Amino acid sequence: MILFFADVWHLWLRHMRATIRLPIWIAVTLIQPVIWLTLFGQLFRRVVELPGFETTTYIQFLTPGVLIMTAMFGGAWSGMGLIDDLHHNVVDRMLATPVHRAAVIAARVLHAAFTVVVQSFIVLALALALGAGWPSVGGTIGVLVAAALVTAGFSAMSTGVALLARREETMIAVINFFGLPLAFLSATFMSAQLIPQWMQSVSKANPVNWAVSAARHAVLGTDTSAVWINSALLLVFTLLMVMFATASFRVYRRST
Amino acid sequence: MDAIHVENLTKTYKGGVKALQGVSFNVKQGEIFGLLGPNGAGKSTTVRILSTLSQADGGRATVAGHDVTSDAAGVRRSIGYVAQATGVDRWATGRENLTLQAQMLRVSTSTIRARVGEMLDWVNLNEAADKLVNTYSGGMKRRLEIAMGLVHQPKVLFLDEPTTGLDPETRLALWRDLERLRAERDVTVLLTTHYLEEADALCDRLSIVDHGRVVIEGTPSALKADIAGDTVTIDIGDAGVRAGEILGGVNGVLEVIPAGALVTVRVRDGATAVPLVAAALGQAHIAVHTMTLGRASLDDVYLKYTGHHYDAGFATATGGKR
Repeated sequence: MILFFADVWHLWLRHMRATIRLPIWIAVTLIQPVIWLTLFGQLFRRVVELPGFETTTYIQFLTPGVLIMTAMFGGAWSGMGLIDDLHHNVVDRMLATPVHRAAVIAARVLHAAFTVVVQSFIVLALALALGAGWPSVGGTIGVLVAAALVTAGFSAMSTGVALLARREETMIAVINFFGLPLAFLSATFMSAQLIPQWMQSVSKANPVNWAVSAARHAVLGTDTSAVWINSALLLVFTLLMVMFATASFRVYRRST
Repeated sequence: MDAIHVENLTKTYKGGVKALQGVSFNVKQGEIFGLLGPNGAGKSTTVRILSTLSQADGGRATVAGHDVTSDAAGVRRSIGYVAQATGVDRWATGRENLTLQAQMLRVSTSTIRARVGEMLDWVNLNEAADKLVNTYSGGMKRRLEIAMGLVHQPKVLFLDEPTTGLDPETRLALWRDLERLRAERDVTVLLTTHYLEEADALCDRLSIVDHGRVVIEGTPSALKADIAGDTVTIDIGDAGVRAGEILGGVNGVLEVIPAGALVTVRVRDGATAVPLVAAALGQAHIAVHTMTLGRASLDDVYLKYTGHHYDAGFATATGGKR
């Protein structure tokens, strides 16, 4: 068990170093939320005037949504690095050592979750600058937990897809196909009460929507039980995806 | 006990491609043992099974005394594995690569720093140790990989096509490194290659693998000595089969092996046989494009046991090389 944690730590450090050495990644990480917040914030500024909206400013409403959308994509793209590793025989080289198999996946998922937590602080700071205010301590923890869980879930899913598909093209197609629809089939941009009935029904089964609900209720401090329930759902989703990734890893090892 | 013991390994890939059809060989402690064969012959599959990356369908194998199926963890602790395509992390430095590898290979924390330094020294990468591997040349990458395979002082080192894709100069340098490895380190090496000269130059003993089977095993010199006399290779276009009958009767000819347009004739003495062979072909009105006389090489060994000429690019429809 100690060895497992040591393996995760060492592999996590490897991913962290690679991330820190990518100035373009850091730049995009900083700039993208600004674009989302200002673009959508301006575009939909007046929807808060609709009856049934929870907040008085749209930026306040949008911040948890953008935060979760960033988190979801951060997780979803994390399998790309694994495909690169597969193509360069890095995974095989690791598998020929006693390293814990689960650690290879866990380190990647935890790296994605950690970077998203850092990103989340940046988004919250930006939102503060744009006038959305900073959530309470409990709210901050709630929103970070929701972001970390949704990232971990999508990162594990992405890892599983990477191990099965082993092609960047497939990965890009899958993420493009599911990414934005999942974001739009949720309360990311629009108050849940104002979403058409059928979309509301679909969104109930959408992990992105669970994360957005948890994050928004945490930030606004409106409904603590909704934070707990949605976080619990996210945890189940994440565990299922970790199981999927583990099974995919087994398929990969058997196939060679 | 043998460092590697392989008994009747079989492996069929999905889609019915028979990669291994009963491979057996033994490697003694401290030996450099070669698996020689064209792409798709089953060399890489064998190494992947021995390094626990792949599972055999049948047969048995032990590496450093550990069974590859029932004691995979034991095998992994005892081996270094250097694959044919890099395997290093390009976005980390040489030192970071070596350190992580040592950690995964359970080198004790207190000795990692010293060991990594020693290995960087040994492969002469001290100056580049803290540069990103992405900036390394092909030869430097390969030296780093070999260092990564040796960082935990393994009993057995697998080198799967170590010189493929290297330029001739780097290849020669790597040969010298492997000579040094043999001289300075107590490690058994299993090397796969599709270069005849490489197997000849580096291996203490070797197996020739073809279509998933070991066709012959021995020391390079014994294999070559086994082929008596000289070899005359004649290119006679499409008259190959007819030439076989004609040349069989020529005085001094030991064996005629037609293989496509090239006919290989093993003769007792090259100097006296060549004029006779030429005359016999001339009488039969067979046009000779080229005729070369040579001493027995591993190619002749290969031809004798497989019935076809050695062609490194030759591949069965396998995908057995991956």
